[in-house]
Amino acid sequence: MRLRLPSGRTLVLALPFLWLGLFFLAPFLIVAKIALSEGALGIPPYAPVLRWTDQGVLTIVLNLGNLATLVSDPFYLEAYLRSLRVAAISGMLCLLIGYPMAYAIARAPERRRNLLLMLVVLPFWTSFLLRVMAWIGLLADNGVVNNLLLAAGLVSQPIPLLYTDFALYAGIVYCYLPFMVLPLYANLSKLDPVLLEAAADLGARPWRAFLTVTLPLSLPGIIAGFMLVFIPAVGEFVIPELLGGPGAQLIGRVLWTEFFQNRDWPMAAALAIVLLLLLVIPIAWFQHVQGKAAR
Amino acid sequence: MQQTTIARPGAAEPWRDPEAEPYVRILNVTKRFGATVAVDDVSLDIYRGELFALLGGSGSGKTTLLRMLAGFERPDSGRILLDGQDVADVPPYERPVNMMFQSYALFPHMTVEQNIAFGLRMDGLPRREIRDRVAAMLELVRLRGFEKRRPHELSGGQRQRVALARSLVKQPKLLLLDEPLGALDKNLREQTQFELVTIQEKLGITFVMVTHDQEEAMTMATRLAVMNHGYLAQVGTPAEVYEYPQSRFVAEFLGTANVFEGLIKTAGASGALIESTEFDAFFESDTDPPKPAGARVFVAVRPEKMRIRRAEAGELPGTNRLVGTVRDIAYYGDFFMFVVDLGEGRSIRVSRPNLARLTELPITWDDRVAVEWEPFATVVLPE
Repeated sequence: MRLRLPSGRTLVLALPFLWLGLFFLAPFLIVAKIALSEGALGIPPYAPVLRWTDQGVLTIVLNLGNLATLVSDPFYLEAYLRSLRVAAISGMLCLLIGYPMAYAIARAPERRRNLLLMLVVLPFWTSFLLRVMAWIGLLADNGVVNNLLLAAGLVSQPIPLLYTDFALYAGIVYCYLPFMVLPLYANLSKLDPVLLEAAADLGARPWRAFLTVTLPLSLPGIIAGFMLVFIPAVGEFVIPELLGGPGAQLIGRVLWTEFFQNRDWPMAAALAIVLLLLLVIPIAWFQHVQGKAAR
Repeated sequence: MQQTTIARPGAAEPWRDPEAEPYVRILNVTKRFGATVAVDDVSLDIYRGELFALLGGSGSGKTTLLRMLAGFERPDSGRILLDGQDVADVPPYERPVNMMFQSYALFPHMTVEQNIAFGLRMDGLPRREIRDRVAAMLELVRLRGFEKRRPHELSGGQRQRVALARSLVKQPKLLLLDEPLGALDKNLREQTQFELVTIQEKLGITFVMVTHDQEEAMTMATRLAVMNHGYLAQVGTPAEVYEYPQSRFVAEFLGTANVFEGLIKTAGASGALIESTEFDAFFESDTDPPKPAGARVFVAVRPEKMRIRRAEAGELPGTNRLVGTVRDIAYYGDFFMFVVDLGEGRSIRVSRPNLARLTELPITWDDRVAVEWEPFATVVLPE
């Protein structure tokens, strides 16, 4: 008879699951519970979902009002759509800038690659907040860019750069570019250069060889990079807050307002849950594609 | 020098015809990588319809030469003519040359069909023609029914055939094969050798193949070039190069050779007599030696051209005869290889076909034996 002790393997696997359960699943359930409860004046500022009636019966009170408001009020819907659009455009911009970078690093002589990769990662060594603040110094009316343009005589008065969509995209693309470059590099450096020789040998000019061989084979890297930029960019709060214009509300800002200014925790929780569901779809698709590529 | 010809039946031998126009001309081609000279002033003519093998060890320059034919490397100096056209400045995608890569380099994201069709698609051929030609190729390499498979769903042999089909479908003027059978296991390799030759004869496309496997080169090639340190050590038919090596390197690279040192005593058109400087023996050859009398030369004798028997009591070395002790017998199944110790740290290898069962072997370890051979087996090589 074998003793039924958990094996080392089970223990090792159980630890991350425990971690995920404790710090991701449980908080998610709490947020979901808050999203389904009614707002109330008090601490915490929401009514419990489970409560005893005067007759001593346990009742579950679910409030779907918040979710209904989200769907019916165009204010929230627009904020979601705007966030998705900003994230998608940022992802595309990162791809357009990151792909040539990753390609160049992957094709660079081996001894220079680590240096180039380090340069890509180098900004992480400074505080994220500081780097975003630095863009204010660059883009402000009396900032570096406008001063240069004025000095060069290209403009007669400062052009508004800060608190525009341009500043928003510049900030997001700047901050998330490494997340695009790294998975693309990992993918492109694995590409066997003999495949390109084979394509050339069979009559493909360099550009066609890129389109027919390199690009399709780097699709998993493109998707990975895009997701790594897109997902955090949807809920991005700091960059739009510091660099973006005041008019266009993004979902991160809306959520912050509901939570900290309106003290409407159930509404904020509902916003977060819907945002999460919106992101689960592309994440699931990404996982599916990755799994297919691995096979 | 007398020439023995082992040609395929009906095969022409254009290299013997001084009027014949070479199809591929490599003229004084040199290629350096940094300080290394990969290909050193190589000149070589290859004729239409040949299956030419470039044979050499790693670093001999054979692959670099092949890559220059494909257009992946540019010669530092010299010219490469293909069917009369100088192709030195023609990029690979415009050369009427295709290559079968050692790793096959199949596109992993495409099906078998798409892989084979790739070259035709790049040429912008009509869809119908592409379909027909791909189908014909699949038929030729016996891969019908595998159209929709991806490379990773194929066996090694099937992948090799897809690579062959992909490189043949454009009907190139010249097909380059880089170690075409290197990735296959032994049994499959033998079978594929014959298939490749059959396909080559059927299509009449000129093949240039790179290999480090001498057996592959010998069995498949119409002619072969042995390369060493970037230069051509010898060019000829497999039989010529094997039977009449022109240097010690070629004699030892192709097959096995016992090499002795000696001084030419007499030399003439009818043969030569060489005195051994290692043993109390003479070597007699029936061909005109490459050096005049008095010169120091190497003498090479192949193990299968020697006879081995028990030595008689008191028997001494003589002309084309050496005497020694059996130190080792290697059993290969189809033949035995005897290692005979000649004293003073010298030993030779003598093979003997396994004509009977093991029990019949009359010679055993530590036997004193005499090794003899005929004058035709003595190959005299310049030092």
